[in-house]
Amino acid sequence: MTWIAQNLWLIPVLPLIAAAIIAVNKQPQRKLAATLAIGSMVLAFLLSLCAFGTTLLHHGENGVFREVAGFNWFQFGGQWLHIDWVLDPLTAIMLVMVSFVSLLIFIFSVGYMAHDENFMRFFCFLSLFAAAMLGVVIANSLLLFFISWELVGLTSYLLIGFWYHKPSAAAAAKKAFVTTRIGDLGLLLGMVWLYAETGTLNFYAGGHGCLEQSALTTMVTHLTVGGMAVSMAIGLLIFLGAAGKSGQLPLHVWLPDAMEGPTPVSALIHAATMVAAGVFLVARVYPLMSAGGLPVEHGVPVTTALTVVTWIGALTAIFAASIAVAQTDIKRILAYSTVSQLGYMMLGLGVGGVAVGMFHLITHAFFKALLFLGSGSVIHGCHEEQDVRKMGGLKKFMPVTFAAYAVGMLALSGFPLFFSGFWSKDEILHSAHNWPVSHLPFFLGCAGALLTAFYMTRQVALVFFGQFRGGVRESAVHSQSHEKNKPSSHQDSHAAPHESPAVMTVPLVILAGFAILLGFIGTPAWPWFDGYLTGEESKFNFSKLIEPGTLGLMLVSAAIVFTGLGLGWWLYGKRQRKTVAEPDVLQAGQPWIYSLLENKYFVDEIYEATIIRFNRWAAHVCDFLDRWIWGGAVLVVSCVTLGFSWLYRFTDEFVVNVGFDTGCESLREGGNEMSRWQNGRVQTYLRAIGVALVVLVLFLIWGRKS
Amino acid sequence: MTPLQGCLLVSSLLFAIGLAGAVTRRNAILALVGIELMLNAANLNFIAFWRYGAHPEALSGMMIVIFSIAIAAAEAAVGLALIIAIYRHYRTTNLDQMKDLKG
Repeated sequence: MTWIAQNLWLIPVLPLIAAAIIAVNKQPQRKLAATLAIGSMVLAFLLSLCAFGTTLLHHGENGVFREVAGFNWFQFGGQWLHIDWVLDPLTAIMLVMVSFVSLLIFIFSVGYMAHDENFMRFFCFLSLFAAAMLGVVIANSLLLFFISWELVGLTSYLLIGFWYHKPSAAAAAKKAFVTTRIGDLGLLLGMVWLYAETGTLNFYAGGHGCLEQSALTTMVTHLTVGGMAVSMAIGLLIFLGAAGKSGQLPLHVWLPDAMEGPTPVSALIHAATMVAAGVFLVARVYPLMSAGGLPVEHGVPVTTALTVVTWIGALTAIFAASIAVAQTDIKRILAYSTVSQLGYMMLGLGVGGVAVGMFHLITHAFFKALLFLGSGSVIHGCHEEQDVRKMGGLKKFMPVTFAAYAVGMLALSGFPLFFSGFWSKDEILHSAHNWPVSHLPFFLGCAGALLTAFYMTRQVALVFFGQFRGGVRESAVHSQSHEKNKPSSHQDSHAAPHESPAVMTVPLVILAGFAILLGFIGTPAWPWFDGYLTGEESKFNFSKLIEPGTLGLMLVSAAIVFTGLGLGWWLYGKRQRKTVAEPDVLQAGQPWIYSLLENKYFVDEIYEATIIRFNRWAAHVCDFLDRWIWGGAVLVVSCVTLGFSWLYRFTDEFVVNVGFDTGCESLREGGNEMSRWQNGRVQTYLRAIGVALVVLVLFLIWGRKS
Repeated sequence: MTPLQGCLLVSSLLFAIGLAGAVTRRNAILALVGIELMLNAANLNFIAFWRYGAHPEALSGMMIVIFSIAIAAAEAAVGLALIIAIYRHYRTTNLDQMKDLKG
């Protein structure tokens, strides 16, 4: 047992302590809060690196390196519940990613939130979130996983609703919480069922864990309703939880709304880490998902659960990408892009196994954090403006942000060879192409890739190129109301966008570096990432890169990306819009499709009209039942009881009590009367005897006569 | 008037006098004297019924009366002793003032 595996719990506990200290301190201590949060993250990051190093050191020794440690929490019945953590490559790579991205975003937040009066609360929540997320990552028991998972959900709720005085933010927070709760119900059911089937919630426990061979065999052979294997049913339930957290198709609606939170929150939680927790969950329980599948020659086994994951992922990828095309809010575009990329990850997990999905997760975390922080920098520089139509030409004003953003955009679009997104996405498409069940997910993925390149080009063209349109709005729309009380010089200086401070741009540059470099750990020529996760040695083999199948696919995806980029540039870059009110190019050409996309396929409206209306109706019915039927019954019962009690009281007071009282009174009076005879005078007694004697004698005489 | 009736008349008178004395006298000793009188009236009755009864030869009446007199003597002794004891305690022999058992 290595030292780091033993003390892995320190990694989530450090930010937790930081959050606790920040929470109990007096409010305006910005320096303390920032120092504590960032310091704890630095320590957590160093420990994560240590863990990562340990896994590297033991890499290749008889299979996957895996060490578990933990303690017994409490006993119920005859069994102990364990809180266990595990150190394996999957954990280590996630730990490094989460702590590093969190660290950069913490630093960025110091600049971004500098003017917010609830600075301390923000860092408290952020640290709590980091603690919970790291807890999710190290969990070896589904119980600890679930606890951290729910904590993550809670902090997500708190941070989306950070500016709770905005009604939209409060509503978005509520929506996120309720929507993910639907998924979590599935996860909880899956967890309980898993416990009932295997008697343990530990993933790995030296042969007795629920993800190890013996438990899997039982679950595969055990059938449930409709001839489903139990493993598949549980897998699907757990996937429901993952879909809720990762914004997969039916439950994606909360993620774009979550952009109401501060931008670092969007970057950290709703792009880089938390939403990836769902993907991580599927990766973690991958043995369960793939249990019982028929072995395929190359590639992964095909099971029903994985097929569902694949289809949901593919559909989400294309669905969200198409919506992103028609959005105008800079963060909403990125949000839909996130949903779409999460779909890719699910697709990758379904068709290519853990390594494929996780690779995209890791690369995506970096470039999406970069894009979000970049958009945060843009928003900050444009004075809290989020509408891309009101930006433009920012290339001049914020060169560093532009350069970093461009790197992120090219990585997300999958620009060939030099950017990480290309390699990870290419691997997913490659696996999808080899998927034996259907080719449709592959085509959906390709279409999604085209749209991704297209909408990212559109966004960058609108934000950074052309003329700045924000100032126009300032003078055109608001001039009438502001002219009188606002000096014009102040207005001008306020309107001009500016570059963000170094505390914000430095994390951007670092992330940009990783967005480029990370791709090279998982190229087909040197699949180090794949080997690292599966515990095999990976050799550098350049010839793999130019194999006909691989090379062909790479050319195809490169062509797709260039088409998307070119189309986007042709439509938005060359002919820049001049004013804010000008309709979108697509809107002019295809108004019907554009409005469909702009309104997100009316999914929210459909939910509003069906599920929410049904829910409201059910709530009304319940309210009616509660108020009138059950309430009435309770009222009747209480009235009857009240009546009886009155009756009892009446009987008691006026019949029983009065009867007793009179009886007692007369007894007492009788006693008084009798006691008068017992006065202690001997001669009185004697007199009484004498009288009695006389009476007796008279009686005898009188009796004799008659 | 037969001799029996005469005897009974005398004993009734004696009893009535005794009763009157016992009831009306305030002095405890005089009340005791009254009680003795009533007792002797009863003894006289025993003698009279025995002397003029069916079997005058059997000495049953005489026997009972002797017993009765003996008991009366004992009773008088106990009664006088009680009265003395009470007198020592209460410093009186007035029956009206001796109405509490607890002193």
